[in-house]
Amino acid sequence: MDALVAQLQMQFRDYTISLYQQGFLDDQFTELKKLQDDGSPDFVAEVLSLFFEDCVKLIGNMARALDQTGTVDFSQVGASVHQLKGSSSSVGAKRVKGLCVTFKEYCEAKNYEGCVRCLQQVDIEYKALKTKLQDMFNLEKQIIQAGGRVPQVDIN
Amino acid sequence: MEVCNCIEPQWPADELLMKYQYISDFFIAIAYFSIPLELIYFVKKSAVFPYRWVLVQFGAFIVLCGATHLINLWTFTTHSRTVALVMTTAKVLTAVVSCATALMLVHIIPDLLSVKTRELFLKNKAAELDREMGLIRTQEETGRHVRMLTHEIRSTLDRHTILKTTLVELGRTLALEECALWMPTRTGLELQLSYTLRQQHPVEYTVPIQLPVINQVFGTSRAVKISPNSPVARLRPVSGKYMLGEVVAVRVPLLHLSNFQINDWPELSTKRYALMVLMLPSDSARQWHVHELELVEVVADQVAVALSHAAILEESMRARDLLMEQNVALDLARREAETAIRARNDFLAVMNHEMRTPMHAIIALSSLLQETELTPEQRLMVETILKSSNLLATLMNDVLDLSRLEDGSLQLELGTFNLHNLFREVLNLIKPIAVVKKLPITLNLAPDLPEFVVGDEKRLMQIILNIVGNAVKFSKQGSISVTALVTKSDTRAPDFFVVPTGSHFYLRVKVKDLGAGINPQDIPKLFTKFAQTQSLATRSSGGSGLGLAISKRFVNLMEGNIWIESDGLGKGCTAIFDVKLGISNESKQSCIPKIPANPRHANFSGLKVLVMDENGVSRMVTKGLLVHLGCEVTTVSSSEECLRVVCHEHKVVFMDVCMPGVENYQTALRIHEKFTKRHQRPLLVALTGNTDKSTKEKCMSFGLDGVLLKPVSLDNMRNVLSDLLEHRVLYEAM
Repeated sequence: MDALVAQLQMQFRDYTISLYQQGFLDDQFTELKKLQDDGSPDFVAEVLSLFFEDCVKLIGNMARALDQTGTVDFSQVGASVHQLKGSSSSVGAKRVKGLCVTFKEYCEAKNYEGCVRCLQQVDIEYKALKTKLQDMFNLEKQIIQAGGRVPQVDIN
Repeated sequence: MEVCNCIEPQWPADELLMKYQYISDFFIAIAYFSIPLELIYFVKKSAVFPYRWVLVQFGAFIVLCGATHLINLWTFTTHSRTVALVMTTAKVLTAVVSCATALMLVHIIPDLLSVKTRELFLKNKAAELDREMGLIRTQEETGRHVRMLTHEIRSTLDRHTILKTTLVELGRTLALEECALWMPTRTGLELQLSYTLRQQHPVEYTVPIQLPVINQVFGTSRAVKISPNSPVARLRPVSGKYMLGEVVAVRVPLLHLSNFQINDWPELSTKRYALMVLMLPSDSARQWHVHELELVEVVADQVAVALSHAAILEESMRARDLLMEQNVALDLARREAETAIRARNDFLAVMNHEMRTPMHAIIALSSLLQETELTPEQRLMVETILKSSNLLATLMNDVLDLSRLEDGSLQLELGTFNLHNLFREVLNLIKPIAVVKKLPITLNLAPDLPEFVVGDEKRLMQIILNIVGNAVKFSKQGSISVTALVTKSDTRAPDFFVVPTGSHFYLRVKVKDLGAGINPQDIPKLFTKFAQTQSLATRSSGGSGLGLAISKRFVNLMEGNIWIESDGLGKGCTAIFDVKLGISNESKQSCIPKIPANPRHANFSGLKVLVMDENGVSRMVTKGLLVHLGCEVTTVSSSEECLRVVCHEHKVVFMDVCMPGVENYQTALRIHEKFTKRHQRPLLVALTGNTDKSTKEKCMSFGLDGVLLKPVSLDNMRNVLSDLLEHRVLYEAM
């Protein structure tokens, strides 16, 4: 059992580190993990699910705004991007946040093609992140089920 | 014996004649032979003789002549043919040589003559050079004498020594019998005999200055020969009938200090001269040579210069003595003044204390009285008493401060403080009054204004308060703007640019109001104590007129300047002051106390905070942070909700200001308005994703107490909260 736990823990550690290295997550995520304690054991999960719901909603808004025939209301798109940026920086979704920055520039420049492209990328990114985080949580669950403790991963 | 027909018959001559001829020939021959010997002998002796070969020729000629005459001896008697042959040969040779010699002499004699002329020419030249040498030597002598004389004369700055030395040296150099100096009297109408060489105690002897001989001498800068019988030259009683030596007089210009204008040389017409008279020894038949006269002239000039130096020295000595006297007098005056000041200070201190005690009692008891139940008239009376006594107390404080300022015993209490905060506090203090009078006040802080400075916080606040207070007091309408910036020039020295790097900078504060304005004529009086402009409007505003005077003193203490500009009555005025402040060496970060090694487990439990954020995710994250730290968190998602929910129980309000625009900032203002009492108002912290200074300034200007950069880490939040609660202000390093 211990061997399994150890193996799972190592897997988890490697996986987490790889997420950071690949730029999916940044330090804010670490901070987020710190806030999870006995008082709020599912804090991270709650925040993340809220984040992903937000993503869906905002991306929907942006897609609708960009799909409009006639003149596109870039300010509306910009507002949504701003929100998404705020959310992603709060949870530490590094890639998404980076894309949001670029997206925002395109919005300010009123570059339709750029915006559309960014939107597609954001969509892809958040889904990818969602998948990755899902895997990570599964690993955590497995470790807990195996009786082990989820290790603290030191990124540095 | 046969007689040859070709030869003349020999007559039986007189035996005597024959004999004499014989003897003469013999002697001639001898002489002829001896001359060349002599020639050879003497030529050999002399070193130079250019014509040796001529000599040979001559010698040959003479020898042959001698030979001829010698052979002639044999021809007196009958002789053989051989003798005749020899005779002929000799004669022929002689002829040849003598002709050659004669021809040679034609060339030689002119040469010899020219030698002679050259010799004469050289002799003349030598004589001339000798004469010139003599002249140069005399000139050199003269020069040496002059130098020596000058050296002697200039080696002293004492007038008498100069003159005495001149006479002595001149007398010695020129071997004079008498040398005298006549100085003009004070009136300038007479010349007085001041110094003589030989006579030890000159008789006090004057001559009028208008004598023709004196005018003659004064008219030229050269030495003039005068008659020994003229009054200036007759120094000794004439005894005996000896031939008086030649006399020369020269003028000595006396340069007076007042003659020297800055740009002009002294006017010749106003010059005063002294007369120097020099007498050669009598009965010596000596004459004044040109070089001696030149010497005299030069010496006279040198004496003039030396005398002027001596005069200047006398003047400066006199001035120095005068200064010393004045110094002593000033010292005495200063000591008296100090004593007076000390006496006054003692008096003030005692009176101050004595006055404050009853004052205190009056104010305290009046305030207590106010709290009790009073009729409206009684209340009015008590209020008036309170107001008057407050005024009096302020007046006493001002007077004490001012007197301490005036005698320089006030010292600034330097410390590090937050300049931006100072301005905001002043504004907060003034705002209530301004709001009542409906005068909007704006504060503009320059972007490069340092935040943390070294200076006297209390007094600076006093100055700003005073000025802004005045602006509010004297404005009935309009607006008031307070601007603070870093100024690059010291107004007292406009060409001197202070570079605000290093440890100091000059803060300039401009307070502009659109109120009553000031008559430009009254501006100088503003800063004098107790002076007030006369208009009734200002009178009614109260005040003792000391405020500006005190402010000015403080500003001066801070090495600054304060002035007021106004376009006239009713056109408002601008008060501007510069002060010198030090830039705090501590970086901004150190204003937050150093993060301790182990983070304090600060007790935030139960701390009520309000989080306002439109973004759900970040709202949740912030809440999580604060909950983790033990706070009791309420979340709102809009400004309206925030304003509705916020109450005095909330100690801190975190508001997200990421959205562009000033909507969220307005919330801060409204919270300020809601909580008028400072201690009830929650602390306002902005959460923003921006890192630039403009955001920070915006936050500050809207009355936020702190700014946090999102996303906030746990440690960060913990430290921030503890600092916030401790200091009630926070500016995180960005």
